[in-house]
Amino acid sequence: MDLSFSPEDETFRQEVRDFIATALPEDLKAKADIDAPFPMEDTMRWHKILYAKGWVAPQWPKKAGGPGFSATKRFILTEELELAGTPPLSPFGLVMVGPAIMQFGTPEQQQRFLPQILNGEETWCQGYSEPEAGSDLASLRCKADEDGDDFIINGQKTWTTYAQYADWIFCLVRTDPSVKKQAGITFILIDMKTPGVDARPMLTIGGTPAFCDTFFDNVRVPKANVIGKVNAGWTVAKALLGHERTLLALVGNSRRTLRRIKHIAAETAVGDSTLLEHSEWRGKIARLEIELEALKMASLRVLAGAELGQAPGPESSILKLRGTEINQRLYELAMEVMGHDALSWYNDAGVVPDAEQGIAPNFCYTRANTIFGGSNEIQKNIIAKWILGLPASK
Amino acid sequence: MNFELTSDQKMLAQTVRQFTKSKSPVERFRKLREAGVPWERDVWAHMGELGWLSVPFPEDVGGFGAGFVEVAIIAEGLGKTLVPEPFIASVVLGGMALLGAGNAAQHEQWLSPMIDGTTSLALGYAERGSRYDVSAVATTASRDGGGWKISGEKIFIPNGHEAENIVVSARTPDGVGLFLVAADGPGVTRDKIKTIDGQGAGRLRLDGASIGDDRRLGDPGDGSIAILEHVLDYGAAAACAEGLGVCQATLDMTVAHLKERKQFDVPIGSFQVLQHRAVDMFVEVELMRSMSILASLAVHDDDPVARKRAISAAKVTLSTGGRAVTRESLQLHGGIGITDEHDSGLYFKRMLVLDTLFGDEVHHVERFASLPSFAEG
Repeated sequence: MDLSFSPEDETFRQEVRDFIATALPEDLKAKADIDAPFPMEDTMRWHKILYAKGWVAPQWPKKAGGPGFSATKRFILTEELELAGTPPLSPFGLVMVGPAIMQFGTPEQQQRFLPQILNGEETWCQGYSEPEAGSDLASLRCKADEDGDDFIINGQKTWTTYAQYADWIFCLVRTDPSVKKQAGITFILIDMKTPGVDARPMLTIGGTPAFCDTFFDNVRVPKANVIGKVNAGWTVAKALLGHERTLLALVGNSRRTLRRIKHIAAETAVGDSTLLEHSEWRGKIARLEIELEALKMASLRVLAGAELGQAPGPESSILKLRGTEINQRLYELAMEVMGHDALSWYNDAGVVPDAEQGIAPNFCYTRANTIFGGSNEIQKNIIAKWILGLPASK
Repeated sequence: MNFELTSDQKMLAQTVRQFTKSKSPVERFRKLREAGVPWERDVWAHMGELGWLSVPFPEDVGGFGAGFVEVAIIAEGLGKTLVPEPFIASVVLGGMALLGAGNAAQHEQWLSPMIDGTTSLALGYAERGSRYDVSAVATTASRDGGGWKISGEKIFIPNGHEAENIVVSARTPDGVGLFLVAADGPGVTRDKIKTIDGQGAGRLRLDGASIGDDRRLGDPGDGSIAILEHVLDYGAAAACAEGLGVCQATLDMTVAHLKERKQFDVPIGSFQVLQHRAVDMFVEVELMRSMSILASLAVHDDDPVARKRAISAAKVTLSTGGRAVTRESLQLHGGIGITDEHDSGLYFKRMLVLDTLFGDEVHHVERFASLPSFAEG
């Protein structure tokens, strides 16, 4: 056994750091320094910079325009980008629909969509959840009726993050209501400019307009936009969930937040000392750091297995679960450490220290982490069934 | 980066599995406990024949010269069925202390017979009120002609009730020194302390005990403290591995119970509230496994800060995870888990011992936060 990264990997890590230091525009760096939210245009600007470098889709194979990185290099790149606080790229094209099109799409679909996802000319959103179909996703009702070479779509999707900026949406729609619910679902791509599509943003508790309700009113979509087979959309959706589980551990993001907590604690006086030297506070911080260390080790185990071409083992299933919990608890601790400053909400510079500006919105918004991508309770159902082999619940 | 076991290591794990299955299932520990027998000499000798007692020691003292991964494999395997032979106490604590502080002649005289399974060793560092601070030593050693007179008391010595020789820390005018005390030597009284896990521990009372200078291990001073700290880190790393075995067995036992036990006409494992609690146990075990790997690799780190950081993080994970898993197991077993006849209670109690030995959660959180790596990170 060997815990160390290879010299080549360490060189790559330094290359990533150097790249970020020179390529991240000043105004984005200023926002990163205070963890301010990045509007969509910032995200896409950074997307294009990474695209020019060839690093925008580290998990894509070479033939699809990816860099052909090893699992370790992908991990390092993601960790360093998260540590530096660069704008998180929209995952809907790069991590979700892109790989699905690679796996299930026709050559024509691949040529049509993949280059535009890669270069950032087209942005995507996800149409899965509906008002009546959340954790029970397969009960979705947004329907697609055949009409010659087209489908006519009617219904509503919700939590369609950044739909107001998206050029395309990938949707799960009901194409056969007469069969078992998972069997009558189709995975289809819809141009957001099609008449009858209406995305209405909602403000999140983080104060940003991240979510939308997206309505479909007699929207005409060519059958050529179906990915995989009609009524086989559930298979596509399941495959899509299996991609890149190590990234869901948020190790880099959490390490950055931990660092920020220590910085704030070291700057906060208590008596004639600081919070970072106060035994109860530093104990709280240390406990979370230790939990994060354990998560990191679990991630590295998954990573090392992936390097050997092994299917993800049981340890991979815990990454999303524990990674999102730790990320939330770090923001909870950051809020506690800030005292009264935690109550400040989007004030101008100077009301609270710059380092504290971004904490409260992130504290609020990261509550979503344990909900999206299959809520943590759903993750536990999956582990109970598939790993522990416990009998189905009634 | 590579977390694969080598083929030799896989074979070792397989041998340990076969041994525990055929020679030392949990029932054996239960029988010995009831008979008041701490462990058995012939089984210890068999472990010596298998080479298990030699793994962390260099070849020139009859060791196998392997790393700590092999120690962890054995400790984890023995933990799964609560094998009572003093693997950690004798090999990792007494053995590594003697290796680190002693000279070649001392290695030959006292380490080699332990390695072949003829004798066993122990390490006495804890005193009343010392908690986990190895430098809090009230026991004294003073020059007495060509040898030493040692007075004081050491408590909760793993295998201290059985070992022929016990490494003991004692304060000299030049600092803390380490001495190898013969259990049957003049001025030495030792007895057995009953412990919660049924394995027992030793108490050593030294009343002007005469020790020859040939039993002084190295020179008293800061070096002895550094060796003790390192040996306890070896102990902590081994405890992480044994605790992993304890918790994996506990999880397996609990999941099996959830599948078999029926209430309201269905297996109780079909209830979502219990499924999620079982998953929480599973998550803890996987994190403990991850940190046990880290501990077994980092315990040899030349940089003491990196070593202490990793060991403390792993030991805290053992404490928090191990408590959660073994306590939850009792709850999920229901009333039967509270009876002495059910194994879940044995694992629960053994875990408590591993949680406490070599520094508990608060001790290691504080050590972790005191390291320069904490303020810099």
